[in-house]
Amino acid sequence: MSEGDTIKAEGLTKVFNGSLVAVDHINFNVKHGEIFGFLGPNGAGKTTTINMLITVLKPTEGKASILGYDIAKQHDSVRYSIGVVPQEYTADEDLTGIENVLLCADLYGIPRNVSKKRAADLLDLVELTNFKDKKVQTYSGGMRRRLELACGLINRPKVLFLDEPTLGLDVQTRTATWNYIKTLKKEFGMTLFMTTHYLEEADALCDRIAIIDHGKIVVVGSPEELKHSLGGDLITLATKENEDVTELIQKVEHVKEVRKEDGTYRIKAEFGEVTTPFIIEALRKKGHTVTKLTLTEPTLNEVYLEYTGKSMRDAEESREAFFAQRATMRRARGH
Amino acid sequence: MSTNSLSKSKLHGLWALTNRELKKWYKAPVVFALTLIQPIIWLGLLGNALNLGSLVSSSSIAFPADLAAQFTPQQLGTLNQFFSGLQDQILTSTFGTTSYISFMAVGMIAFTALFTTMFSGMSVVWDRRLGFLNKVLSTPVSRSVIIISKVLSATLRSMFQASIILIIAVPLGFQPGAAFTPINILGVFAFLFLICLGLSSLFIAINIRSTRIETPMAVMTLLNLPLTFASSAFFPIDRMPGWLQAVANVNPLSYTMNGMRQLLINPTIDYSQLALQYAYVGIFAAVLTTIGIVLSWRFLNK
Repeated sequence: MSEGDTIKAEGLTKVFNGSLVAVDHINFNVKHGEIFGFLGPNGAGKTTTINMLITVLKPTEGKASILGYDIAKQHDSVRYSIGVVPQEYTADEDLTGIENVLLCADLYGIPRNVSKKRAADLLDLVELTNFKDKKVQTYSGGMRRRLELACGLINRPKVLFLDEPTLGLDVQTRTATWNYIKTLKKEFGMTLFMTTHYLEEADALCDRIAIIDHGKIVVVGSPEELKHSLGGDLITLATKENEDVTELIQKVEHVKEVRKEDGTYRIKAEFGEVTTPFIIEALRKKGHTVTKLTLTEPTLNEVYLEYTGKSMRDAEESREAFFAQRATMRRARGH
Repeated sequence: MSTNSLSKSKLHGLWALTNRELKKWYKAPVVFALTLIQPIIWLGLLGNALNLGSLVSSSSIAFPADLAAQFTPQQLGTLNQFFSGLQDQILTSTFGTTSYISFMAVGMIAFTALFTTMFSGMSVVWDRRLGFLNKVLSTPVSRSVIIISKVLSATLRSMFQASIILIIAVPLGFQPGAAFTPINILGVFAFLFLICLGLSSLFIAINIRSTRIETPMAVMTLLNLPLTFASSAFFPIDRMPGWLQAVANVNPLSYTMNGMRQLLINPTIDYSQLALQYAYVGIFAAVLTTIGIVLSWRFLNK
């Protein structure tokens, strides 16, 4: 592990009530300036890991540090340098947007003359200036999420933790929220640690992903690396002639596997977008005409399936977690 | 701004968190109106419905006609005078005042303190369930400040409601005692401050580990009844059966109410008793606040 590691975890473990192992000896490191994602089903141990890193839960075993500060021994240094956007909507419904942001500022002891300016700037950044004096109970799910983002950034954190940042949001709001997250990261040059159980979210935002299941990290890598690790892309093609060209395709570089099914060829190949033209070229040289062609890159869904042996599904979870998630989703929909 | 000077101290965030709780109360019109109406209903309804003073009033002790016929009108007048004097004596020796509603009003003040602090204790559970607590725990706010802010907001709310009760008790027939001076009101607030510190620390301590609302609700309902009825809220302790007296005599609410009654409605003040009452409630507050803070260090982070 290099010195550039912003977050470092070694054998981090959390056992609840002496028997329920929520996080099981995980090791990972997050580099400076990257977006690192924990991907896994509900109940896999994502939130427990975040809660240990943000000093809300004490690890049962193992160590972790943020910017070199030990999460168990140097609480306050950790707390001053991180920002947290929890899974739940924690903004107070009875208070206005600006009151909520200023409350967060007070929790860090930021003097009012500084926090007023900062709060105004942040609300501007997340485009809530026009609503800042409205009570939060009138906000939509997307607005609430943006308000949480503003709150999480009030202390100018070097590391921002996002727990399920788009839980319960509709597709449009979700994409918009991703853009806010990207903008904020660029604006403040932060390192981001996020959890999600949405595959497309991990794919769209994260530089590197750790797939976590049953409290253990199954695999770590960039979305591309993970997809490539499956053995490449899938090319499907058909030719005009009836002659079998399996062997011909097989000879093309980077082609790993060719199968013929009902007159179409299913080809597994690395670097699909580069390999495909070579396949077409090879076929044409021997007088074959390609009539139909599709190129599919593997999605994280297939990656997930490969490494956990099952598709994304909801694992068993605690009553408490269930309640919290339901409450979040209800509020996201503006009820 | 005061936050400026506090920013580097261990107390930053205290007023912000206290004010959050208070704003939830005074900025929500319905909640605020209800907290104003509630003491009026309690005093007006309970104070009149449970008017124990009427048991010994002249109307309930009327002479039977055949008995009255044996006396001359002059003798009857003297007898009536004697009996109404006796009534006042009975009421004063029982309740410390001839006005039951005054007795009751002081009980209501303590009762309000009990209820307000009880609900503030439950808000810890909500903060945990809605994720707010976790967010606060991830900030550098001192753990004890989180607890103290809850205690403080409950105390301020109770004191406000107590003032309302005192004000509306006047048109409802509240009679200050002979020993009453406006300065005594400060003494009453001192009692309220102490009992609220103690009670809210107690209820927060009960709730601090809870993740569900049902368990603390059951515990508090259980605690609530003995705390209310085994106290001098509605009836003086020395007229209770012995076993109940034993409970009422350790109940800090009894000491609070008896102390406040001395200051507000009793004809004379026994200063040694008053000192004892302050000491008892003070120790209760100190011990429970300490327990609350120690628990917050240990248990807020799981």
